[in-house]
Amino acid sequence: MKIDIIKEVSTIIPFKNTRFTSILIILFIIALIAPYVAPPFLTYILLTFFCYVPIVIGFNLLLGYTGLLSFGHGLFVAIGMYTSVYLMRNYGVTSIEIMLILAATLSALAGFGVGLLCIRYVRIFFAMLTLAFSMVFYSFLLKFYWLTGGDEGLGIYTRPALLGMKFDTLYIMDFLTKVYYYYVLAIMVILLIFMYRITTSHFGICLRAVKENPRKADESGLNVKKYRLYAFVISAIYTGIGGALLVQVTRHVVPAITYWTYSGEIVFMTLLGGFNYFTGPIIGAFVYIVLRDLIMSLTIYWRVILGVALLLIVIFVPGGLMGGAKSLSKLIIKKRESYEFS
Amino acid sequence: MFTLDAIIGILFNGIFYGSILFLIAAGLQLIFGVQRILNLACGSFYALGVYTGVTFIEFFMGIGLPHIYFIIALIIAGLILGFIGPIIERGILKPIYAREMEFQLLATFALVLIFEDVIRFVWGIYPKISKVSPVIYGELRIGATILPIYYIFVIVISLTIALFMGFMIKKTKLGKTLRAISDNREMSAALGVNVNKFYLLSFTIGTIMGTIGGSLMAPVTAAWLGLGVEIIVYAFAVVVIGGLGSMIGAFIGAMIVGVFKGLAIAIYPELEVLIIYAVVIAILIMKPSGLFGRIEE
Repeated sequence: MKIDIIKEVSTIIPFKNTRFTSILIILFIIALIAPYVAPPFLTYILLTFFCYVPIVIGFNLLLGYTGLLSFGHGLFVAIGMYTSVYLMRNYGVTSIEIMLILAATLSALAGFGVGLLCIRYVRIFFAMLTLAFSMVFYSFLLKFYWLTGGDEGLGIYTRPALLGMKFDTLYIMDFLTKVYYYYVLAIMVILLIFMYRITTSHFGICLRAVKENPRKADESGLNVKKYRLYAFVISAIYTGIGGALLVQVTRHVVPAITYWTYSGEIVFMTLLGGFNYFTGPIIGAFVYIVLRDLIMSLTIYWRVILGVALLLIVIFVPGGLMGGAKSLSKLIIKKRESYEFS
Repeated sequence: MFTLDAIIGILFNGIFYGSILFLIAAGLQLIFGVQRILNLACGSFYALGVYTGVTFIEFFMGIGLPHIYFIIALIIAGLILGFIGPIIERGILKPIYAREMEFQLLATFALVLIFEDVIRFVWGIYPKISKVSPVIYGELRIGATILPIYYIFVIVISLTIALFMGFMIKKTKLGKTLRAISDNREMSAALGVNVNKFYLLSFTIGTIMGTIGGSLMAPVTAAWLGLGVEIIVYAFAVVVIGGLGSMIGAFIGAMIVGVFKGLAIAIYPELEVLIIYAVVIAILIMKPSGLFGRIEE
């Protein structure tokens, strides 16, 4: 029975074709040469996007693969960020590896604790409970200002050592766009490959089974709650690492990261790209970050433009950008076929 | 630890805040109960109400309206603002009723973003303070505590609305139809209920409750940009404590949150959200359906 359901679900695994691989390789090469051809601010936006990739794919393991909508993932971003900043400011830690490991560990612990309580519910109650935890953490951050800097947050004024190498002589923008950029790119690629392995593995297929039909999965011998908890913890780790990477770019951390609107932005990115696809959230994050930075530089009313864009997507392209592209390509193929027949 | 006066003051302020919260949470509950949409934009309705209230007060002060009528002007402001309800329902929500809950939630999140900029555009980025303070109707003194009469008016209005809503839902044909739709949409439609019409009605009522809650709050609070997303945090706490979709739950929940808020402000203002959300988490863990709600798959 267990084998049956796995076979059934494994038919929906995304494409594994050569065209896709070649696109990936081209994108990777573009990413490699970008700092030397693109202007620094574009590289900076790209760097921000790379930091968001672990966050959104971690989030989507929960939404797209397990079927749980978290409205409080800002909590784990904040844990990653505050851990890094705190280590740098108070303990003089410079090695970014230590920060990443500690951020991942703390996010995993927090994810385990929060997840243990949240996974008892699904749908709207799950969303509300995660939101509640995030808000509690928000007021903690506000209250313990001697620890967290309160409303103002904390800034970092030193720069981290990458793989034990220090880059204190470089300008900060050069450090970020020429050195740190490649470091984040490497970590992002590793995390991406790892996540792809997770989602296509036996474990990932079980998660999909849990999403598609929890009762059937349960009857087939899967421990539904255990799988949800594992997904939650992995998701928290990814998000925490993303936060720890991101804080080096923003150079500042504020409690607003745990406010529910920030978590809403993560949901926004994921749905924008399409949560039914592995690449969906990544494309969503890219479009969102580029659009936001672009619109923000043009007008102060960027929210209304983003809001209208979001509404249009929700109403007209429910599959997100990826879903829209897919149905478009299907349409084109259909048309081409009908031409051939006529 | 507290004197009697202090306790009266805390309770009174708490109940006042609770009555405002009830209006917003009841709007949220009504829309969730009937349409199954968790409307994040209810906080934006509240924020719009506050801003419009402040503007109305300024306007009526300009044309020399006697002070005694301000509360009526505020209610009218809330009612007039209700016109955005049908527009949103017909234009945005109607096409997505068949979608998953995630998309509906996201559509209302988009509304939050849009309304924040609408407010920024119309009223500017600086906080607005109403020209009328809540003591305009005089004060009541109980011992050493001073209680503005305006607060009592608001509590009475909110209570009246609560009773009216309760009566409407329990006793009238309209309420019965709404409950039937809430229980089983397909069956009600099959039995000849024009579901679309009732969706429009319930969303409009829900919107008006939010905007009136906001406009009544105009003399009390400063109108600033974060109002909408801030009130959501409390309204959420109310519906979780009271139970999603339950009117009586909204009332009790609002009073609990209001009193806790009053208490927290008196003892330690920074702990406000923390205390309220500690209650929320405790309720969600012990009785996830809330005090008066029922859980559903």
